[in-house]
Amino acid sequence: MPGIEPKKTIKEISPIDVYKLLPKTNCRECGEANCMAFATRVVNGELSIENCPPLANEEYRSSYEKLLHLMAPPVRMVVVGTGDHAIRIGGKYVLFRHDFTYHNPTPIAIDVTDDLPEEERAARVKLICEFSYNYIGRDLHVDAIAVRSTQHDPTAFASAVNAVANKTDLPLILCTYDPVIMAAGIAHVKDRRPLLYAATRDNWKEMAELAILYNCPLVVSAPQDISLLRSLTKTLVDYGVSDLVLDPGTAMEPNLATTIHNFSQVRRAVFQEHDELLGFPLLGTPITAWFSQEISPNVLQWKEACMASMLISRYADLLILHSLEGWVLLPQLIWRFNIYTDPRKPVSVDSGVRIFGSPTRTSPVLITTNYALTYFTVESDIKSANIDCYLIVVDTGGISVESAVAGRYLTAESMAHALRDYNIADMVDHRYLIVPGLAARLSGDTEEASGWHVIVGPKDSSGIAGLLKARWPPKEQ
Amino acid sequence: MVDESRKGKEKEGEPVSIPSLLSLLSGVEKLEFCNFSMKIGDLEFWIPTGSFPVSTCAPAQEKTKPHALIPQTFSPPHEEFTGRIHEVTLGATRSEGGSRGKSLVIGGADAPPFVYTNKPPAHPPVFALDVFDMEVPLPKVLKSGLGDVMGDPAEWARLNVKKFGADMVSIHLMSTDPLIRDTSPADAARTVEDVLQAVDVPLIIGGCGDPHKDAEVFTKVAEVAAGERVLLNSVTLDMTQAKTLEGVAMAAKKYGHAVLGFTGLELNKAKELNRRLYEYLPPESIVMDLTTVALGYGLEYSFTIHERARYAALMGDTELQHPTISASTNAWAAREAWMQMDAQYGPRELRGPLWETLNALTLLFAGIDLFMMMHPAAIRTLKDTVQMLMQQDAALPDQIAHWATMKI
Repeated sequence: MPGIEPKKTIKEISPIDVYKLLPKTNCRECGEANCMAFATRVVNGELSIENCPPLANEEYRSSYEKLLHLMAPPVRMVVVGTGDHAIRIGGKYVLFRHDFTYHNPTPIAIDVTDDLPEEERAARVKLICEFSYNYIGRDLHVDAIAVRSTQHDPTAFASAVNAVANKTDLPLILCTYDPVIMAAGIAHVKDRRPLLYAATRDNWKEMAELAILYNCPLVVSAPQDISLLRSLTKTLVDYGVSDLVLDPGTAMEPNLATTIHNFSQVRRAVFQEHDELLGFPLLGTPITAWFSQEISPNVLQWKEACMASMLISRYADLLILHSLEGWVLLPQLIWRFNIYTDPRKPVSVDSGVRIFGSPTRTSPVLITTNYALTYFTVESDIKSANIDCYLIVVDTGGISVESAVAGRYLTAESMAHALRDYNIADMVDHRYLIVPGLAARLSGDTEEASGWHVIVGPKDSSGIAGLLKARWPPKEQ
Repeated sequence: MVDESRKGKEKEGEPVSIPSLLSLLSGVEKLEFCNFSMKIGDLEFWIPTGSFPVSTCAPAQEKTKPHALIPQTFSPPHEEFTGRIHEVTLGATRSEGGSRGKSLVIGGADAPPFVYTNKPPAHPPVFALDVFDMEVPLPKVLKSGLGDVMGDPAEWARLNVKKFGADMVSIHLMSTDPLIRDTSPADAARTVEDVLQAVDVPLIIGGCGDPHKDAEVFTKVAEVAAGERVLLNSVTLDMTQAKTLEGVAMAAKKYGHAVLGFTGLELNKAKELNRRLYEYLPPESIVMDLTTVALGYGLEYSFTIHERARYAALMGDTELQHPTISASTNAWAAREAWMQMDAQYGPRELRGPLWETLNALTLLFAGIDLFMMMHPAAIRTLKDTVQMLMQQDAALPDQIAHWATMKI
């Protein structure tokens, strides 16, 4: 639009840009020392402008709106569900993770169809809700349920939606192309802000009416047709629906190439060419892997897993899967956790001595590197085995044991120094150091440099408990 | 319309004041302006509130709601890249001075991987399978598929090529490690010769990581494999410190091999190493290993550094315009790949190979040109996927287009 400055990218926005629009009263209601500190954290993506309470006052309305515009991500953020379980999807500021950081980790939804017998349905919902994995101290789980109408019957769909909703607080995605069936389903969950799947070339007006009536976000489906996707988006936005999610079509086999090209081009169009009609979250549906000629369930699950993982890497903001197998879900949950970590944050933890449980003067002393993932893995293994011990964390510049040994960031000398600098000899009466199995080659030199005996630990810290059981307390040498 | 008779009472061209305008308009129901202009700031709108619900889906003005689809078009973004990845040839046929059945070219990319239909990779990624020159501890799932080839690198290489479809074989001369068996460069050279005899695919020759020993081994191997254009895995900045880099690079040059520069997740180090190598070797003889970390143990660092490197190279950073390699075998370092876990996480016979597969697929999208892999199912999936990614698709099958209501 003429007269309006082109919007700045997140990298171009300075704290001053934000500060200028804040109340500038340094009231500290946000918890920060002053408005400038608050502005800096907003620009870093650590706080949002909603964290400034005074901005809600009428007198700041115009500043607030300018801030909203300034900080709006090129890929809109859409909220599905309500309350604690609500999921935020999209809200992307950059194409490349290394340019800033990705926000709102890709939620994973599992489908439940309305043709399942009641008991089977209940069991499936229970499995979906209960699946979890503790990864470096965090519980990873599935985020939403997609209820699909395969009976093509409003009553069946309504009763399935109702039954699922009664069993879980997870956000719901209601899937049907028939507005009548959609209306029947939505009536049972109208306060839960489900995501409606989907508006198409044929039903967009009726679906738009439902989205407006119930204030729900709406998926736009244009299978492998980006022009149609843009047409539908333009039409729906003009119609008054702005919380849209885009489904450009997912196909593992055939049409994988088109799938990956389309996801990539849609996102690049937003960031390279400022295409506002495509600036909405992307829905990927690896579940489509199940609609192939293949009959072996393991092969289908394998293909679905590959598709899901590829789409997490290629810009999907929300996924719908069918497999509930742990071997399929585990790598997805871990990968989406990983790729959404902040690449600007240091990859290391502080060096020093960590105390676990209530160690005594005869408790074991272990040593590891300060690479965050190494440390958290070791920490979680020690904790889950309830081991009382000292763990020395050596500064290896945030590099894992294997690479640190190879790159000489972890050496006999650095381990001897750590023992001395942290006065470990004052903490325990014995002189035994347990080194990581991947640092086994350093054991001789370490004994020489430190005067301590070295016990070679397991290559993977899951073996620490077993090692201690077999080798601790050590027999006198 | 303003009554014509009233118009003349005002002086021509003089502005009309608001009160007089209002008096002028008394009794008039409809007004038409001619040659009228005003600034938006002068206007005050009164919008009634309360009559429609406040919602995040702000209803557009009723009368502007479209009744039909508003057609829009799409053309892929126009991105221009000035940089191009060097092409590196691996392996040499008889006519090229070696004895391989065929040589392979990696690199050549001039666009981001798998984004544009009209810009497919210049050369599809290549897949090598690993062979060790001694018995090594391997996860059960990997070991069980190997039968009794462990300890027999030639037989193992044959299995990798004949049965598992490897494009290349990657030999790890682990036994040369001074801290393991400290076998001699001559022994290592014999192993390499055996493998060259057993298979006719190009080879990657892996050392033990010791900058002194590797230099001796690589120099010897380079000589006995003269003309075969093997990839020496790897040369490092440690070798510059140990003052052994020059010897290896010169041997590679003299006997016609390529080198793999290994650095640990740091682009400046990778560039520094390349600068050193340019003193001895043409860029067409250098491949980069920026480090592959296992999924769950830091794959995101590998993914991001490869995306950064490739993008910088395409944008014109000449010190990063080299094909990249990924040791996806490293995926097996993750306990989730090899460990027996609670039943809800499924059998490791599926979990492990999938782990390696997803590790490689992720880095495929970051632009990797050559993969070193281990599990047959992983290499097969990667090859199938690359093939699918490079083919011309037909129309989408209807049941996929309408998946939402299809029964499984």
